[in-house]
Amino acid sequence: MTRDDIKDLILEIIKDIDEDADFDALQSDQPLRDQLDLDSMDFLDIVMELRKRHKLQIPEEDYPQLASLDSCVNYLEPLLKNA
Amino acid sequence: MDSNQQRIVITGVGLAAPNADNLKEFRKKLLAGISEIKEIDLRYFGPAPAGICTFDETKYRKKKDNKRGTRAGCLGVYCAHEAMADATLDINYYDRSRIGVYVGLTEHGTVETENEIFNISQYNYDVNYWTHHHNPRTVLNNPPGEITMSLGITGPHYAIGAACAAGNASLIQGVQMLRLGEVDMALAGGISESTGSFGIFASFKAQGALAEAADPRKACRPFDMGRNGIVVSEGGCIYVLERLEKAIEREARIYGEIVGYCINSDARDFVLPYDKRQAECMQQALNRAGLNAADIDIINTHATGTRQGDIEECKAIRQVFGEAPSTYINNTKSIIGHAMGAAGVLELAGNLSAFEDNMVHPTINVTNLDPECALPNMVLNKPTQLKSVSTILNNSFGMVGINSVIIVKKYED
Repeated sequence: MTRDDIKDLILEIIKDIDEDADFDALQSDQPLRDQLDLDSMDFLDIVMELRKRHKLQIPEEDYPQLASLDSCVNYLEPLLKNA
Repeated sequence: MDSNQQRIVITGVGLAAPNADNLKEFRKKLLAGISEIKEIDLRYFGPAPAGICTFDETKYRKKKDNKRGTRAGCLGVYCAHEAMADATLDINYYDRSRIGVYVGLTEHGTVETENEIFNISQYNYDVNYWTHHHNPRTVLNNPPGEITMSLGITGPHYAIGAACAAGNASLIQGVQMLRLGEVDMALAGGISESTGSFGIFASFKAQGALAEAADPRKACRPFDMGRNGIVVSEGGCIYVLERLEKAIEREARIYGEIVGYCINSDARDFVLPYDKRQAECMQQALNRAGLNAADIDIINTHATGTRQGDIEECKAIRQVFGEAPSTYINNTKSIIGHAMGAAGVLELAGNLSAFEDNMVHPTINVTNLDPECALPNMVLNKPTQLKSVSTILNNSFGMVGINSVIIVKKYED
């Protein structure tokens, strides 16, 4: 997957969680939870969806890597390079 | 006579039934005998008649919260907000920490557990795919808890598990907590999401107690010779309960006063009902209300459309009401099915408007009355107009031998 594909994937998962989510003003380098109506349970939904869609087992200690859209892409890029 | 502080009245009703999403529409459909029971297709199980509620699920909370929560929570949030609006109560009228939320449930967690097992079956039963939402969805206080989160209520909330007597039991809990001075207002009622569980249908079927009919609207037929079981429904009904003193002070519309109640146990069998204890329960509720059987205008029966259950209840009614020629008898399940934890409170709501229109809605689908169920003044297939209605006795019984009865009286100054 390209970096853009990964970005789209994350946004698609967030949209599934909250179809009212508005990405227009989303700053990709800022924490997702500060900008969207997401809490820790929603965050775990993102982790679960990545597991379901791409068989990714993200260890708990790596969760902070998924804080912002940019950090998600950075973290997932090597893991999804063959996806 | 109790003081106005001890007298508890119903000042708001919010409901979702298989044929209506508000009391006015519900009354209209019940008087017209309009059933909207339909056939649904259940995972593993296949088709079955069932009562499904249609209401505005995002009127009071976001779709996101409905996805995260449970169907019971969704029904509960809708009904609770509707009840508050019906009572013309602003959430800040009472101290939020002095509002109690009591919700009766026949069961909870069955739907969510079945869904989750199905989910992991898609992943070779790898429990790494089991959702983190499972525990908050399946804790027994989930439905009342979702109500408190939505309304910002910080007083006590909990569920009352009393099988299909649970709706009445929660209403009783609300009355008791108000009388004890534990809360100043209660949201009390019952909820059922049971139509989401194939296991509930399969279990009734295995027991020979699940209704079948070519026309699903005719599947639930209490007292009829052709009855063959229960129609499972989802639903919800939440009441606003207040002390009479406060209701008068704020000039609230008063639907009725809860003057009598009783809960007792058969102490006998897991599933079979017992007329003797049901009769005792009705008599005890009458005693508490200071009423005689002849004072009751309407009995809303619990009868679910099972062979023995209907007969037992009719035997119990005969024992208590044998000498009550002016008591009329109906059954709401024939129209809406068995809404389980919501049944007692939904059925009471369906009858409450009789205090205004003096009508008794009918038991429908009775083409051949079972002689063992025959009682005087059964209202069958079409409504009956009475001169006046001032008392309703509401029966609600459940598995493992639990009986509950509530008596509501029309409020008059």
